[in-house]
Amino acid sequence: MIPSQFDYELAGTADEAVGLLSQHDDAKLLAGGHSLLPLMRLRFASPALLVDIGRLSELSYIKEADGSIAIGALTRHHDLAGSDVLRERCAVIAETAEGIGDPQVRHRGTIGGSVTHSDPASDLPTVLLALEAEMVARGPSGERAIAAADFFTGFLESALRDNEILTEIRVPAIGSAGAYVKFNRRAQDWATVGVAAVRLNGATNVALTNMGATPLRAAGVEEALAAGADTAAASAQAANGTSPPSDTNGSAEYRAHLASILTKRALEALDG
Amino acid sequence: MRRIGMTVNGSPRTADVEPRELLVYVLREHLGLTGTNVGCDTSSCGACTVLLNGESVKSCTVLGVQADGQEITTIEGLARNGELHPVQQAFHEHHGLQCGYCTPGFVLAAVSLLNENPSPSEAEIREGLEGNLCRCTGYHNIVKAVQAAASS
Ligand SMILES: Cc1cc2nc3c(=O)[nH]c(=O)nc-3n(C[C@H](O)[C@H](O)[C@H](O)COP(=O)(O)OP(=O)(O)OC[C@H]3O[C@@H](n4cnc5c(N)ncnc54)[C@H](O)[C@@H]3O)c2cc1C
Ligand code: FES
Ligand code: FES
Repeated sequence: MIPSQFDYELAGTADEAVGLLSQHDDAKLLAGGHSLLPLMRLRFASPALLVDIGRLSELSYIKEADGSIAIGALTRHHDLAGSDVLRERCAVIAETAEGIGDPQVRHRGTIGGSVTHSDPASDLPTVLLALEAEMVARGPSGERAIAAADFFTGFLESALRDNEILTEIRVPAIGSAGAYVKFNRRAQDWATVGVAAVRLNGATNVALTNMGATPLRAAGVEEALAAGADTAAASAQAANGTSPPSDTNGSAEYRAHLASILTKRALEALDG
Repeated sequence: MRRIGMTVNGSPRTADVEPRELLVYVLREHLGLTGTNVGCDTSSCGACTVLLNGESVKSCTVLGVQADGQEITTIEGLARNGELHPVQQAFHEHHGLQCGYCTPGFVLAAVSLLNENPSPSEAEIREGLEGNLCRCTGYHNIVKAVQAAASS
């Protein structure tokens, strides 16, 4: 399987990438390629131009500043998993990255690609939603910040405009106050369902993977916990208001059941 | 078409490729290095694993143009002066292969794993080889081979 023909440009800077996106209607950015190239091989995507941002090493970093952690969009899953700063200041990101795909995937895939691809079965978007992360986008007229709650707009759709590049993701330094658990049936499979739980500003945030067209906050669980419900009672609310898919890995009913079980495990991991 | 240059198994190589050509086909068809196999073409099986700047990648999921200017190691580049690489030797001694189709990918995935973690536990070996599938061996002897290579 070979992608259909396209033109290729290697971007030397983020601004050059933005310029190329602005000049071409049917252009796409290429980061690690581990979501885009599989789609292109199947010809589900056939952009006329690929703008390769994979060499923008200035967008690969993990820095701490003012109680938050700034992560460059081109930081690979492998580098997230191996980051001492993250292990100490926001461990749930490193732990989640370590469980993505397999080593070969983690050597190529980036956090920015994972977020922008906006696949509801992906792990990091759910964790970033629970963390109330901020996404920084750069376009022709400068930078803007987008709250995670506004970023994931639909199945494989994000709030980024066609001529914007995601440059940075900012997360709060919550130390070890976060957990992500997922369930899959075979090694290397995507999550059938996943649940992130984090303590932030005195509240418990819970978010779900693969329970709808986007990563979702488990509002029922969060409200029950805020009202003083115990872990078991709150977890039972996990699938409230969700519309999980049915596929070969599980029916919608099975996923709803799994969401409650995994929410309970994630909350227990948070307390443990 | 564009010309790309890579250091492949220590030697400079060039190829004129279309941007859509995947690294595995550049290696096999332009450079004649057919030791790297294509098992699935869908990023699942790991048969196409090579080292890109020393790290394992699935070469069916990397464009040739993305490898321009980089260092690639394939199975053909592991032996030194007629002596098998310790991981190859361990696969041989511990019978870590049957049909051998998955083997180049497993060997390179194992080399990358041991670079990152020189003395992995059995569980770490199994997890570290998660991206590679074998239809013959049941994995048992592959894990043994990697354990032996780690302690050699
Ligand atoms: C075998 C396999 C198993 C996997 N398993 C998992 C898993 O278990 N969990 C999981 O979460 N993911 C999994 N993935 C997906 C993996 O995490 C991808 O690497 C990731 O989703 C995309 O990152 P990338 O850098 O490869 O993006 P690319 O494929 O390069 O890009 C993806 C999309 O994002 C856009 N894009 C990329 N970077 C930017 C940017 N900085 N600004 C704007 N747009 C951008 C591209 O234009 C494209 O539309 C798996 C992938 C494979 C191949
Ligand atoms: S051929 Fe590349 S992963 Fe199977
Ligand atoms: S030895 Fe036959 S597939 Fe692994």
